[in-house]
Amino acid sequence: MSNIDTKTVAKIARLSRIKVADDKLEPLAGELNNILGWVEQLEEVNTDNVEPMSSVVDVKLRWRADQVTDGNKQESVLKNAPNSEYGFFAVPKVIE
Amino acid sequence: MTYVIQGAKDDFEVVIGLEIHAQITSNAKLFSGASTEFGAEPNTQVSLVDAAMPGMLPTINAECIRQGVRTGLAMGAQINKFSVFDRKNYFYADLPQGYQISQFTHPIVGEGVVKLDMGDGKTKDVGIERIHLEQDAGKSMHDQHPQMTYVDLNRSGVALMEIVSKPDMTSPEEAGAYVTKIRSILRYIGSCDGNMEQGSMRADVNVSVRRAGEPLGTRCELKNINSVRFVRQSIEIEARRQVDILEEGGSIDQETRLFDPVKGETRSMRSKEEAHDYRYFPDPDLLPVEFDDAFVEAARASLPELPDVKKARLVEALGLNDYTASVLVAEKEQADFFEALLDAVVTATKKEAADVASKAANWLTGDLFGALNKAGKTIGESPVSAVQGAGLLSLIEDGTISGRIAKDVFEIMFETGKDADVIVEEKGLKQVSDTGEIEAIIDEIIAVNQGQVEQYRAGKTKLIGFFVGQVMKATGGKANPGVVNQLLKPKLDG
Repeated sequence: MSNIDTKTVAKIARLSRIKVADDKLEPLAGELNNILGWVEQLEEVNTDNVEPMSSVVDVKLRWRADQVTDGNKQESVLKNAPNSEYGFFAVPKVIE
Repeated sequence: MTYVIQGAKDDFEVVIGLEIHAQITSNAKLFSGASTEFGAEPNTQVSLVDAAMPGMLPTINAECIRQGVRTGLAMGAQINKFSVFDRKNYFYADLPQGYQISQFTHPIVGEGVVKLDMGDGKTKDVGIERIHLEQDAGKSMHDQHPQMTYVDLNRSGVALMEIVSKPDMTSPEEAGAYVTKIRSILRYIGSCDGNMEQGSMRADVNVSVRRAGEPLGTRCELKNINSVRFVRQSIEIEARRQVDILEEGGSIDQETRLFDPVKGETRSMRSKEEAHDYRYFPDPDLLPVEFDDAFVEAARASLPELPDVKKARLVEALGLNDYTASVLVAEKEQADFFEALLDAVVTATKKEAADVASKAANWLTGDLFGALNKAGKTIGESPVSAVQGAGLLSLIEDGTISGRIAKDVFEIMFETGKDADVIVEEKGLKQVSDTGEIEAIIDEIIAVNQGQVEQYRAGKTKLIGFFVGQVMKATGGKANPGVVNQLLKPKLDG
């Protein structure tokens, strides 16, 4: 049985850059534990000698040829950016 | 020779492992059809996949898989016909997806080994742990605006190979030799251009120290080192820092550090530490990469002669010495130039390759490399082509000019780009081998130097050097030294 505590929730929230108020940590931990507990029911099934399945249909990864077929769409790429200057995305200063 | 760091109390050893990130040579990116060309206007080589727009799906570039396999084969490594792409999650402004597509548990290439040339015929084997394929991130520029960071996604999604070594290196020199060797192999097979200035190849260096016989110490990772010299320097500095801490009774924190070549120090990058929880999981947008033996064999068949094999051939079949062979094979362009030069000399002189190889190699590594070095040019920019070099060497071989005159001819060739025979003709530098002409000169010199002749005949036979010198002076260095010696001795002996 999985056991996600409030500390773990706070850490995941931080790694995901999601702001979670302290009084929401406890209920979130409960919800996450419910979800994981539900998924963990699968552990009851014996999967020895069963190969991991990567797709529900029998297809192989499609490969593309090494050709330039895209690009030169600076305007579209920057269209949804909150801020852009001189063709760059402009974001609040991030520096080590 | 073991590299030892002397502390105040004890001697320490250093243990080094490297992760080399090498940009795969391809036209398009790893998962999109945008161009990889260097130096374009910002955000013009970005597809909506690279910008991580919602609903966009990655499609793998076949050439990147092929180059990854070729690279693995060139390092004698295990090729995994089944590999998986994972998501490596972290937040940064130049990583629009919020994760890097990489390979974690099932890389495309497994264990291999590269042989380092440590000079004096000594070699050192360094294990390869794995090679995996991954995406590059975009580029952040922090110095263009006082409050803003500018982000260019042109590099975002460009294919990289991460080549991970085992912690097999025990000195800064070995680590430097390792980077040089990896670069050489990549350039030979053409899977990466090896251009460290443009960032096509960069290294993360893991350094730890220990007292002799102790288990491995805690390591620190030095990020993004972009030259062989900095690899060596950063290790020296970091190892010394760790020794000083340990000797004062402290302990090493495992962390990522930044090497500052200007200040000659390494600094902690603590802010990134927490983000090191990457929460890898298989990328649900991508099926596993699978290929068959025929694909691997086709990749193998496409490999050129690799530097180790080439070096062995130059030594064994052509009789070059170990050092010269190492110098020639280190860079593919140099090796190619040498082979073209040797071919042309063999064609021009009709001699066996083994008979002229050493002369050709000595001229190349001595005269031409020396002149290029002085002029600040690369072999690719040489004003004297391989065929022209062969022209000069064959003039020496057939006795048209002496080795000494050849040096002068070469200087003019290097300046003007003219052929050797043209210069020899224009300047009248042909060696005089005509016995009648040389004999007349010898007679004259003997006549005016009777004193020296008597001394010679009285037993000071070393004076023959004086007479040779006089003949050379009289002919402007053009007399064939062999012929001079042949004629001079009987005349002096009387």
